[in-house]
Amino acid sequence: MSRDQMRELQGKRLHKIVEYVYHHVPFYRSRLQEMDLTPDDIRTIDDIVKLPFTTKKDLRDNYPFGLQAAPQNEIIRIHASSGTTGNPTIVGYTRRDIGVWTECMARCLTAYGVTRNDIVSVAYGYGLFTGGLGAHNGVEMVGASVVPASTGNTEKHVRLIRDLGITGICCTPSYALYLAETMDKMGIAKDQIHLRVGAFGAEPWTENMRTEIQERLGLKGYNIYGLSEVMGPSVSYECSEQHGSHINEDHFYPEIIDPVTLKPLPAGETGELVFTTLTKEGMPVLRYRTRDLCSLLPGECPCGRTNVRMSPIYGRSDDMLIIRGINVFPSQVESVVLSMEEFAPRYMLVVDRVNNLDTLQVQVELRQEYFTATLDTPAAIEELSKKLEAKLRSVLSIGAKVQLKAPGTIERSQGKSAHVIDKRQLK
Amino acid sequence: MTIPQLTIFIENSSGTLSMVLEQMKRSNIQMIACTIADTAEYGIFRIICTEPRRAFEELKDAGIAVALSNVFALELDNHPGGAADVVKVLSNAGIDIAYMYAFLLGGKGILVFRTDDEMKARETIAADGLQYLSEKDLG
Repeated sequence: MSRDQMRELQGKRLHKIVEYVYHHVPFYRSRLQEMDLTPDDIRTIDDIVKLPFTTKKDLRDNYPFGLQAAPQNEIIRIHASSGTTGNPTIVGYTRRDIGVWTECMARCLTAYGVTRNDIVSVAYGYGLFTGGLGAHNGVEMVGASVVPASTGNTEKHVRLIRDLGITGICCTPSYALYLAETMDKMGIAKDQIHLRVGAFGAEPWTENMRTEIQERLGLKGYNIYGLSEVMGPSVSYECSEQHGSHINEDHFYPEIIDPVTLKPLPAGETGELVFTTLTKEGMPVLRYRTRDLCSLLPGECPCGRTNVRMSPIYGRSDDMLIIRGINVFPSQVESVVLSMEEFAPRYMLVVDRVNNLDTLQVQVELRQEYFTATLDTPAAIEELSKKLEAKLRSVLSIGAKVQLKAPGTIERSQGKSAHVIDKRQLK
Repeated sequence: MTIPQLTIFIENSSGTLSMVLEQMKRSNIQMIACTIADTAEYGIFRIICTEPRRAFEELKDAGIAVALSNVFALELDNHPGGAADVVKVLSNAGIDIAYMYAFLLGGKGILVFRTDDEMKARETIAADGLQYLSEKDLG
């Protein structure tokens, strides 16, 4: 499908979905009325910027069924997202929703090269979490044999992988590593299993993890992205290029916004990912703020798919700092620190304001085994700091002062916010 | 000709120096000489001590950023100009000195220096018959 055809389709669907929620969800109707909008104001996909955003809080405030658009007797399944900080989010799916979801999931698996000749085990949790059943339906639609392994009893799962000749697996990347460890413990070698495709998602992962998983399990690992508020796994997927995840944008329209100004960002820039469901009946969302930070990759994919790709998730907008007007994410600093083996994988960002100018200091720990005789002059250490500062500058677009700390002196973090000391708030 | 030197990365915050010295005390290591090259944020603490290899292992086990390197240690004649004469020999040979310090050992002045051109330094010291210290002299 050409880009123009896609945009036309998206525009038509957007108009329909706005009209649908306007008439079926009081929450959206009053939001639109407050902004003096009617469904007729939304005609093309470009009109989407007129619409209000929806947040996780809106979903919680309307617990359990406040944002549901379809009548209860049309709902054939209910999932719930984890509610660690309040009410869980309840998502109801109509029969058609499950059909769309299944098809999107089948697209993902097909992009990974899964066919009816494969045997695929699904090791996402089956239950309220969307991962298990979502992946399960997709595997069945492709026509491969699905093994609903779910999580837990990993040794049994490893034996099944070996004995059944399982060729594909859907799970979290950390579970894939755990599988590899379990195989080692059981004395099962890579050449005794036949895994060739892995669909990994539900948590962020790095290229280093991909390399390790691929090496240890002897498969090609592909990212799968999704969130229950929008659908579940299958919102986007990597193709054979393993470079960016194609979004099923005929169903889930993506935008990238500045998380502070809420203005759409130009193509290619990093910001918060926002989704509008274009076809959902059970619980459609308009401009749902995912809090995930990424960019949409410009240009065509060599695989031939024309649907837009998203970059890996860099972090969460909740953690974002604004330093000298530039958005800075602790995860960016983390990626730089992790890329230099001289430093331990720990860091602290200290933000301050000196003479009305924001300053950023990045504290890193020298790794004990990298402090060698060649580093025994201040000049040599200075050079190492400068190398890190140059890398930080190229990634963050602002200057940061590196402070080297002795091994073990940076406090072990308890959660993400523990990576930041923002002294500006104290003044 | 060379002796082992411990180099320790220390932060400029109260207690860090004491922490290193306390660890040496616990390990029953005696310091013979030391110097600190400092910047605004951290210091490079250089130590000549007894049993340097054991000291290195024990400090490392204590989690301290410590490195073991070899530095040249030359004996000085006890009169004015003793250091000047030795350094002149080195500079005439075109040997760049990265850093230098001196201490007294048994009444003799000892000049410690590091150079990146270790081969040339060895040749020059041998050719000129300069007196030097060895690891066994540290006890």
